[in-house]
Amino acid sequence: MADHIVDATELRKRFGATEVLRGVSFALDKRETLVIMGGSGSGKTVLLRTIAGLIRPDAGGIEVFGIPIARLSEEELLPVRRRMGYVFQGAALFDSLSVHENVAFPLREHTNLPEVEIRSRVEHVLSLVGLGEDALPKLPSELSGGMRKRVGIARALVIEPEMLLFDEPTAGLDPTNSKLVGELILRLKDGVCDTSIVVTHDVELARTVADRVAILMNGRFAVIGPVSDVMNSADPVVQGFLAGDVRVVTT
Amino acid sequence: MEAYLRRTAMWYGGVGLLTMQVLRSLALPPKYFRLIVQEIEIQGVRSLGVALTASVFTGMVFALQSAVNMARFGAESYVGPIAALAILRELGPVLTAILVGGKVASGITAELGSMRVTEQIDALRTLGVNYIKRLIVPRVLAALVVFPLLTILADVLGVLGGMVIMFLERGADMYTYWNVTTYWVTPRDFLTGVAKTVFFGGLITLIGCYNGLSTEGGTEGLGRATTATVVHVTMGVIVSDFFLTKILLMLFW
Repeated sequence: MADHIVDATELRKRFGATEVLRGVSFALDKRETLVIMGGSGSGKTVLLRTIAGLIRPDAGGIEVFGIPIARLSEEELLPVRRRMGYVFQGAALFDSLSVHENVAFPLREHTNLPEVEIRSRVEHVLSLVGLGEDALPKLPSELSGGMRKRVGIARALVIEPEMLLFDEPTAGLDPTNSKLVGELILRLKDGVCDTSIVVTHDVELARTVADRVAILMNGRFAVIGPVSDVMNSADPVVQGFLAGDVRVVTT
Repeated sequence: MEAYLRRTAMWYGGVGLLTMQVLRSLALPPKYFRLIVQEIEIQGVRSLGVALTASVFTGMVFALQSAVNMARFGAESYVGPIAALAILRELGPVLTAILVGGKVASGITAELGSMRVTEQIDALRTLGVNYIKRLIVPRVLAALVVFPLLTILADVLGVLGGMVIMFLERGADMYTYWNVTTYWVTPRDFLTGVAKTVFFGGLITLIGCYNGLSTEGGTEGLGRATTATVVHVTMGVIVSDFFLTKILLMLFW
């Protein structure tokens, strides 16, 4: 168990009258990309936020890097979170800061690196996500959706995380940009950060990046397994979801 | 009714919890001190115009009204100390707190609220940053400095405004006016007024921060939160002023 990066057992979370997570269990191994799929409102993002310690589960256990985080205080969670990178759906860039300041932000907060070193690291991660030097002085409001997402990924990468968490990385992007982001995630697995959880409803993205796929339905994983097994599953519920048949999902 | 009571209780509890968190996080890393300086500039320097204009005109109108009406009792010579006492003890601190407080706190709510609805606060948390220390504590600490300083300036300008208008409008002798004023007014009158603003500063920024952090419901929620802040700050200052005054009078009379 010790070499699992994430270990979740019977996670439950309720918001008001609706129980969003009703006992989710899974383990994420090192060097693995798990794609969590599900319709909107299925609780995918809640699950991802629980893994990052942004939401406290009502019941169940969650270990990240071998540390049980469910009962940690915000202060105790900070060092755990510094070991992971979280990419938000809307990128969540600090809108008063330039691209350079956004990506440099975690370095300036947590290290005493000289500015020259910070600049070279910022340029390095920006080049990983395919952005050049000309993007550095821009403000988030001057960027396209696809570029913001890339900057968000760069900001998550700059602290050299052991695990990346992606929340809907292709949501709101046109097909070309979606494909590019998929390819980018795939490329990052090779030497930059090889362990990640991707939350998405994009079947194409799942096919591109996943080692394993889980489908979240009615607060539980309806299925979890290697990507080919899930995609070829005979289960009508899974097939219904993958075919985009919402009627099956909501039953 | 029940929902309203629950919301109210949640609000007071939330502000209380935030206050506790702020008190626990007061030890800031050295690199955050520039944030306090930056906040002092945003809250203080950019509010100078509002605070000082209001205080000059308040001082002038107070002296003018006092002069005209106290003349009816033959007490016009006491306008100086009356105006000064009113300005130093209440008008300076409370008007500054309400005017600048409403401006500062609604600005904080709007900024933190939009950070909250665009997940920027969560982004700070996932980057391993203590957002209480990064966003809240510098704003509160800055206010503890800004509000007393603005009040001192407002006090000075208010008293001077009263004196000048008495000279111009009522032909009062400035030298006598000043002497009568300083004869009756003691440092205690000035200090208890300024002391209150330290409390106001903390209250105002905590309300602004709490309403920002608890913003829900996107852009519409942001508008509601900002409006609520102005109301909460105004009411908070006026109501707490009564109790603070009561306590200070018991302690220092």
